[in-house]
Amino acid sequence: MSAAGSESSVDHRDAGEVKVDGRGLPLWLLLELTYKCPLKCSWCNNPLDFDRYQDELTTAEWAGVLRQGRRLGSLQLGFSGGEPVLRRDLEELVGEANQLGYYTNLITSGMGLNPTRLAALQRAGLKQIQLSLQACDAELNNRLVGVDAYAQKIAAARAIKAQGFPMVLNIPVSRYNIDQTPELLALAEELGVEYVEFANLQYYNWALLNRSDLLPTREQIARAEAAVAEARARLGRRMTIYFVITDYYDTRPKACMKGWGNIHLTIGPDGAALPCQEARVIKGLEFPNVREHDLGWIWHESPVFKKFRGEEWMREPCRSCDERGHDYGGCRCQAFLLTGDAANTDPVCSRSPHHHIVEEAVMAAMVERPQQRLIMRQRGLNLA
Amino acid sequence: MSHAESLQRSDVIELNPMFLFRWEEAQNAYVLLYPEGLVKLNTSAGEILSAVAETAAVGDLLDRLTKTYNNEDIAEDVLAFLEASHERGWIRVKR
Ligand SMILES: C[S@@+](CC[C@H](N)C(=O)[O-])C[C@H]1O[C@@H](n2cnc3c(N)ncnc32)[C@H](O)[C@@H]1O
Ligand code: SF4
Ligand code: SF4
Repeated sequence: MSAAGSESSVDHRDAGEVKVDGRGLPLWLLLELTYKCPLKCSWCNNPLDFDRYQDELTTAEWAGVLRQGRRLGSLQLGFSGGEPVLRRDLEELVGEANQLGYYTNLITSGMGLNPTRLAALQRAGLKQIQLSLQACDAELNNRLVGVDAYAQKIAAARAIKAQGFPMVLNIPVSRYNIDQTPELLALAEELGVEYVEFANLQYYNWALLNRSDLLPTREQIARAEAAVAEARARLGRRMTIYFVITDYYDTRPKACMKGWGNIHLTIGPDGAALPCQEARVIKGLEFPNVREHDLGWIWHESPVFKKFRGEEWMREPCRSCDERGHDYGGCRCQAFLLTGDAANTDPVCSRSPHHHIVEEAVMAAMVERPQQRLIMRQRGLNLA
Repeated sequence: MSHAESLQRSDVIELNPMFLFRWEEAQNAYVLLYPEGLVKLNTSAGEILSAVAETAAVGDLLDRLTKTYNNEDIAEDVLAFLEASHERGWIRVKR
């Protein structure tokens, strides 16, 4: 359930379905149980200073968040991180969430996920597992995550299926692995997964640091799309394939989070309430904490959640644009990171006066093509 | 890609076990939760899926709903909705 590619509401497609959003409820609740993780992905969307968040919420505090979330109307729940399996109370929290009526998803690298824990998670009522995989051969996969992880990931995938969980295979896509799209699809088919999500990277935090090394070329993307189209035709309903192209190659921004403070709520390991996982990148915002405030107040009343809600905050060209109802002016984090002001139009949009920044980033990535300069996720990175 | 397969009266159907179907007070409606998404159902869709949860064969389900609403004409619409649900994987044929 990463931000990209997850449909929050299937609306007006056919008889019987009614739009779910529009009532301003945090339908999607994402709990980042910890930022700790045994892997070192160079595109990780956790904060660069992830190791500063050691004061994690306790089991009882997370349980309180779960209860308040249901009272607010949350339905879809993701346990993520960091690596959520590192929390020994994961099973307990899943059980609590299940009893409260959430649809529970686990978002994991697969490290530490063994048949015993999977059986316990199933007993606790876990509904679905999203497993990330980076390549279909051990050498590349291990190089990309900086640790010998491939064998464990494949073992985890098989154990997840053996336990009978529906599974999303999440593949974070960069120039290093995109050419393996046909082989990755074949592997997904062999593993028997129901959903494959090719998640083109979103360039925040570690991914932004490594952007010029990670961004695939247009030609690579076109070839991957062709492989996806071929697999869709062949597999039909047996496997659903999401392929989310990086917005850097688009002329319109993604409808980020379907709007700030509209349907999505993330709680960080320290209890900070975030309108999206990346929101900490925006400097100058004071994120309310569940240790100090009631979730209802946070969602409905807190200044941060109201700041970019609706359309009041918009500037030109968004303010008078006829597409603002579709994309909400794009991503606030991207606007901040690339233009220095979160209230600007997302520079991915060709109507943005800052669009050249995105075009230049694409050019730079294509021209330099440096090899092996990736900065792996690590503690205490000195950015000076 | 295959066309929508038509359901037979004798088909035994069930809700896809991957999906969570239930009443949601905050939405004042039935909702269907599944990996990667959620759907809020309108009243008739919610009632039909509730019936699926309680009835096995397509034929029995059609009989039951036409009797409940005392209206033979709805059978066709109910069947069309079931086929659309099947197509989307909300329900499946147990055989
Ligand atoms: C941050 S991870 C946390 C869960 C777990 N450690 C894992 O990797 O699956 C959550 C999901 O985001 C994906 N992801 C990480 N960085 C990303 C980025 N920059 N853009 C898009 N997806 C990203 C991962 O592949 C994973 O599916
Ligand atoms: S993306 Fe990689 S480094 Fe980041 S939390 Fe997931 S597995 Fe760990
Ligand atoms: S100008 Fe703003 S609202 Fe219009 S398409 Fe671009 S980002 Fe969307």
